[in-house]
Amino acid sequence: MKEYTRYLTNSLRLRREEPRSNNFHLDPMLLVPLLCIVGIGLAVLYSAVHQDLSILENQSVNLFLGFVAMTLAAWLHPRVYLRFAPVLYTIGLISLVAVFLFGTTVNGSQRWLDLPLLPRFQPSELMKVTVPLTVAWFLHDRALPPRTIEVGIALLVAVVPGILVILQPDLGTAILVVSSGSLVVLLSGVRWRLVLVGTLSVVPLIPAYWYFFMNEFQKKRVFTLFDPESDPLGAGWSIIQSTTALGSGGLLGKGLFEGTQSQLKFLPESHTDFIMAVIGEELGFMGVMTLIILYVLVLARGMYIAVQAGDTFGRLAAGGLTLTFFVHVVLNIAVVSGLLPVTGAPLPLVSFGGTSAIALLVGFGIVMSIHTHRGWR
Amino acid sequence: MNRPRHFVLTGLFTLALLGLVGRSGYLAVTEREFLQNQGKARAIHNAEIRAHRGVISDRNGDPMAVSTPVVSVWTDPSVDRLDAGELVLVAELLDRPVDGLMKRLERSKHTQFVYLARRVSPAIARSLRSLEIPGIRFKREYRRFYPSGEISAHVVGRTDIDDVGQEGIELSMDHVLRGVPGSKRVLTDRRGQRVRDLDFYDAPDFGDDVELSIDLRLQFLAYRELKSAVEHSGARSGSVVTLDVTTGDVLALVNQPSYNPNRVGARDFDGMRNRAITDLYEPGSTAKPFAILAALETGTYRADTIIDTTPGYLTVGRKLIEDPVNRGRLTLAEVLARSSQVGVAKIALGLEGSHLYDVFHRSGLGSIPATGLPGEVSGLLTDRDIDNPIVRASLAYGYGVTASAMQLAQSYLTIASGGVRRQVNLIRGLPRASEERVFEESDVASLLRMMEGVASSKGTAPKARVPGFAVAGKTGTSRKVTSGTYDDTRHVALFAGIAPSRDPQVVIVVIINEPLGEHVGGGEVAAPVFSRILARSLRILGVAPKNLVVTDRENAREGFDHAA
Repeated sequence: MKEYTRYLTNSLRLRREEPRSNNFHLDPMLLVPLLCIVGIGLAVLYSAVHQDLSILENQSVNLFLGFVAMTLAAWLHPRVYLRFAPVLYTIGLISLVAVFLFGTTVNGSQRWLDLPLLPRFQPSELMKVTVPLTVAWFLHDRALPPRTIEVGIALLVAVVPGILVILQPDLGTAILVVSSGSLVVLLSGVRWRLVLVGTLSVVPLIPAYWYFFMNEFQKKRVFTLFDPESDPLGAGWSIIQSTTALGSGGLLGKGLFEGTQSQLKFLPESHTDFIMAVIGEELGFMGVMTLIILYVLVLARGMYIAVQAGDTFGRLAAGGLTLTFFVHVVLNIAVVSGLLPVTGAPLPLVSFGGTSAIALLVGFGIVMSIHTHRGWR
Repeated sequence: MNRPRHFVLTGLFTLALLGLVGRSGYLAVTEREFLQNQGKARAIHNAEIRAHRGVISDRNGDPMAVSTPVVSVWTDPSVDRLDAGELVLVAELLDRPVDGLMKRLERSKHTQFVYLARRVSPAIARSLRSLEIPGIRFKREYRRFYPSGEISAHVVGRTDIDDVGQEGIELSMDHVLRGVPGSKRVLTDRRGQRVRDLDFYDAPDFGDDVELSIDLRLQFLAYRELKSAVEHSGARSGSVVTLDVTTGDVLALVNQPSYNPNRVGARDFDGMRNRAITDLYEPGSTAKPFAILAALETGTYRADTIIDTTPGYLTVGRKLIEDPVNRGRLTLAEVLARSSQVGVAKIALGLEGSHLYDVFHRSGLGSIPATGLPGEVSGLLTDRDIDNPIVRASLAYGYGVTASAMQLAQSYLTIASGGVRRQVNLIRGLPRASEERVFEESDVASLLRMMEGVASSKGTAPKARVPGFAVAGKTGTSRKVTSGTYDDTRHVALFAGIAPSRDPQVVIVVIINEPLGEHVGGGEVAAPVFSRILARSLRILGVAPKNLVVTDRENAREGFDHAA
């Protein structure tokens, strides 16, 4: 009883102090696991790039910028995000079109935008943050659960950039962008019946995608998932190598810099999409577990913040951003452990990649801001 | 507002993560061993460590065949992609046409191994390495180098490009010379480039050395004299064999023509024949000492036994045996010194056929010398129809029997060793056949005295003499058989000699095949070669001359003291 009273007075006191627009606050429960992930990530990345300091420096700078951006994002009031979500979304869409028209091509995919005065970046990565914010903005002042037409519009917000990303082509990021919007819609309490109908309506799209969008190489990747040995030196190579590396570390791993598969270039994309296999080989199952536990801590804290948020926007945005991060993690590990076809999804905050790390950290900054200003209405 | 939705989704994602934890746990624990082996199979390879062949050296340890490290350059077309620019660089360094390399790569693009160049010198390999072109791989190999080149090409033989013995000692002693490659485990990256060596190391077993009985100094001078004699006489070929009497060691074995075993590629099959052991000739008059020996063994003949060769010819059945001139009454020693066909035929007709054959056989004619060289022939010696007077007379002056230079040397070794049949050796350290006395010492000593007369001014080969040493020997000039009949225009000039005759140290056989010109006889063509080789061989071997100034008369007297 006494505790309940304290809880009530606490919440009352918090409520009284609002709005805390100038509050500068980083949530330690989120910050600590994130820093741990980044720490492990940098160590493994250093090993994965064969101790190339220049790549490590590059990534460290990106992460530093990411944490600075996170701090700024946590400092800004959620009101700002609410107001600017549609603007950010529009900018994002324009830059995606710009990528489509005059983006820089790396490894056969047109993903990068080289603008003057700005470092080269991937607009598609930014959309992972912008889309959930925009969907949350769209739904925040409507009666929930949303009506079917509203669900449709909300999904469209996610699907339009998704299609632009697929055309790059970058299936992994497209899935993440679409699911980031869809997750917000799910969080808004859309009826399960509608979810079921929606999911079923996607099913006929899969063959359409197969025939009209996927190239031979991508199709091969899907086939080889079921039978990697059918093309062990071609499309099946990455799957065979990643499972080999992941498993050969055993419980405790071979030690950092000691993994043969990753160090001797047998493992493709060891510093980006398949860095989890390096962790598996060099740090063992324990390393993988540790990292996954850290991710779960982030998930739990993020979702706790979402539940705690006093307003719909905060609840939807925090939940959406956290879950997007999670789709990322699940998608990557599933690919590396040979359960999903190779789609090209990096491991958040661990894989090499500047735009992705900054965007994800900004997302958590927003989540922190939502928590700081949880009484805001 | 629907907060439970947050919990549902959180729960779903946690479940998904648990599933992934399970999956990686399954891989790391249950599948671990399999996957680790898979990983090892990819990264750990056994690399062969080439073992070099043993050295072939002469009796003084001077090298006759040594292995020197070389590098072969290869690539794996299934993994490595060499662009045109890189190929041009490589071709330039290898001094090879680019389109040839390109064609070769194109031809074998589906294989996993193709040589770009074999046996490149370490210096070129170093500069290739410094280009650091991925996909250019190197393999250490060894190639044979023959310091004495053509001089001992036939004895030593040669190896093929894969370092396997093909001829000569390289072939017959391949099992000894050949090394057993070792292996070590190496860590390689995806492109197959060696990263580092692992601990496991199976040391290569380098080939054992083979020491030959050859004395390169004697070999060299024999070769030089033979070569100049063959050139001057316009002969087709020639052979010289020098044997050490006390041991039976082959001190020199040379042939003309020869070839340079250091040259890879061009093959001169004529020059590659080891004629001294493969080519058979009828020994002609060089076989006469054995007929004389058979006569001595009967006890009815002595060196001074008179044989009347008048009128200078003899008809046996339908065959006419003749001397160039009527030599009249000759002692047994003179029959040999002057090489009288009629005299020897007469002696042979008075001998038991089987006895004559047996003396030839005991001397070693008709049996394989067993030097250990591949391709040795035994020659032909048969007692078929030996009771036929024609066959018996022919055998006595060296027709109807064939021998190689080595065999002839072997049979003369039996005389030189005082009647002891001694195994001829080329490879040192091999077990030897036991020696066996086949002739009475006194008979052989008597024969040797008579053979000294050959090298006197009254004999057929005064040119075989060497100042300071008494020489016993026998000339031979046999006609060659062409299309079944003896050819009067094609001859073989032979000289087989023993020196010093009172304390035999060396046996030297010289065969000059088909000399051209006025003089084709053994005394004119082969004997001077013998003399030159012998003089310097004895000096090299440190055999002291008896008296430095030997007059013709003294030499003659020594050779004829039995006849006197």
